[in-house]
Amino acid sequence: MGEWPLIAGQIFNGFSVASLYVLAALGLALSFGLMRVINMAHGEMLMLGGYLAYLTLQVVPGPLGILAAMPVAFLGAAAVGAVLEATLIKRLSARPLDTLLATWGVSLILQQAARNLFGAIGVDVRAPQWLNHAYTVPSGFLEGLTIPATRLFILAVAFAVMGALSLLLARTRIGLLVRAVNQDRGMAAATGINVRAVDLSVFCLGTGIAGLAGVVLALLGPVTPNVGQSYVVPAFLVVVLGGLGSLKGTAIASLIVGLFSALVQILVDVSLTQVLLLLFVIGFIQFRPQGVVAVRSRALDA
Amino acid sequence: MDMSIHRDTPTPLTGAPLSGPMAGPRFSRPVALSLALVAVAALAPWLVSAYELNLLARFLAMGLLAMGLVLVWGQGGVLSLGQGVFFGLGGYAIAMHMKLAALGEGELPDFMVWSGLDALPWWWVPFKSPLVAILGVMLVPGVLAALFSWAVFRRRVGGVYFALITQALALAFATLLVSQQPSTGGFNGLTDFQTLMGVDLGSTAAAHGLYWLTLALVAGAFLGLRLLMNSRYGMLLRAIRDGENRIRFLGYDPTPFKVVAFTIGAVLAGLAGALFTLHAGVVSPALVGVVPSIEMVIWVAVGGRNSLAGAIAGTLAVNLAKDGVSSAFPDLWLYALGLVFVLVVTLLPGGFAGLVGDVADTSWAKRLKSIIVGRSK
Repeated sequence: MGEWPLIAGQIFNGFSVASLYVLAALGLALSFGLMRVINMAHGEMLMLGGYLAYLTLQVVPGPLGILAAMPVAFLGAAAVGAVLEATLIKRLSARPLDTLLATWGVSLILQQAARNLFGAIGVDVRAPQWLNHAYTVPSGFLEGLTIPATRLFILAVAFAVMGALSLLLARTRIGLLVRAVNQDRGMAAATGINVRAVDLSVFCLGTGIAGLAGVVLALLGPVTPNVGQSYVVPAFLVVVLGGLGSLKGTAIASLIVGLFSALVQILVDVSLTQVLLLLFVIGFIQFRPQGVVAVRSRALDA
Repeated sequence: MDMSIHRDTPTPLTGAPLSGPMAGPRFSRPVALSLALVAVAALAPWLVSAYELNLLARFLAMGLLAMGLVLVWGQGGVLSLGQGVFFGLGGYAIAMHMKLAALGEGELPDFMVWSGLDALPWWWVPFKSPLVAILGVMLVPGVLAALFSWAVFRRRVGGVYFALITQALALAFATLLVSQQPSTGGFNGLTDFQTLMGVDLGSTAAAHGLYWLTLALVAGAFLGLRLLMNSRYGMLLRAIRDGENRIRFLGYDPTPFKVVAFTIGAVLAGLAGALFTLHAGVVSPALVGVVPSIEMVIWVAVGGRNSLAGAIAGTLAVNLAKDGVSSAFPDLWLYALGLVFVLVVTLLPGGFAGLVGDVADTSWAKRLKSIIVGRSK
């Protein structure tokens, strides 16, 4: 295998990692844009999605189990998100830093609960037969490049979710309300929009997408109590890079983080990649502190 | 708690009493109380067992870090989820020196030999000197913190963004330590220290001396931070916390104020890490990553983010509870800690110091006090 297949493979890996980050970060970015809060228990929504996929496959084995798991994980994580929002986040919405700490507490509790229920080692979700193979480029200058079907599946899921979400935001009445609250919360409330209901539904939508991400994550490796942790810190960096609550910004930032990590890994090992990624983020905000996509506003303390 | 040392200084900026937890009656009584507490604490080697003294010393060292967080988070409004990094840098600086000091000419630390290294990594070499190590404990975290926070704050990136970036810093640091096993000791960290500057660390005298050193540093940092918080600088730092843009309009650049606070916090964390390493006899990535870093914030949240004494009390309380509960019921501890995060933040944002302050402010408490100590005016 020459150099080209290796680089092409890493670029493909970058896209597939980026699609995971985008699924993990969308919910964070949506509710951050709307409410200025970050849910530190967001990683545990991924974990929850993974375990729900495992449970669904116990009930619905067979090739289509994984497709059945997706709505289950989405609804399950959205329901937990609803409880979290209504009990905790709503009380703290004016104190974003405190929300960080309180939701961290929730994440500790959820992780420990998963450890007690499912054990610390983790459970396996087998990819169905139709995903359990890989495409190999037979000839040409990319000869030997191997693309696993699960990775293609993840890409497809990410694209589908982003497409559905942008349609929802751009074309539906719910999307109109979300955009209104995003632009000017006070004015939206004054025109009679139920701002609280918008907050709650966006938060649920975000945790639901994270649950969905948990299902595809489960195809890549075992579901452990802290599986969410390893994806959520890069997802936070995606939010930092992406700009306030912008769907496009989140997608571009996920691509940047995913491709950067994958390409740097050709040269250095995984641990140095994290250091370089952090340096990259700090360097990036020197040029664009407002993120990839800036939301224009006349408000000073946006 | 009482913070208005400068009550009778002439400048109006420093003399004005502050609202909330910063306000307080007089200078002499709390200081007398603190002195009495330090005196009692200094007697601890004769009052408690060697094991308990060691625990107390570790937790007091962590209190140093917690007081730094009062300045950074309580006063500056800057939430750092990466204090473990600076704690670790201090700890590793002193640990590297002790590893090197135990060796003869041309020898390598045992774990390097096992991993097949044949020369000392260049960044280990300066730590052979005790002076470099002791300066390094403070300077390495200090310089890193200053550069890091300046790069972020100068572009007006703060709040939640800063917290998330510091968390990424903690993750990167811990991962790096684990993965560079041949030169850092990897997951096990550095341990098995014999002597520090010729003093046998296993002796009772060393244990007592290190305890008193920790206590003295805690008392010194307490006084220093108190002065700082009551100075013009402290007032501006709080003003930046409460309205950064307003302070900008008044002609100040908030960046240096926040950078200085973050740097002081990091230096204190470095000192805390070095002392902790001496007391615990080990420093490892498990003490410096994402999870321990955010736990450090909860010590301060429990005690009271604006109260130095509260931060020390909170650190002692949480760690004693952890020591007691987690050894008996390890599962229970994480549920309890999670609940503490949720409950303290939602119900008790001022921590226990805030609660004590609120109780002291109620009319019945004032009446009770006037009966006991006479009229306070």
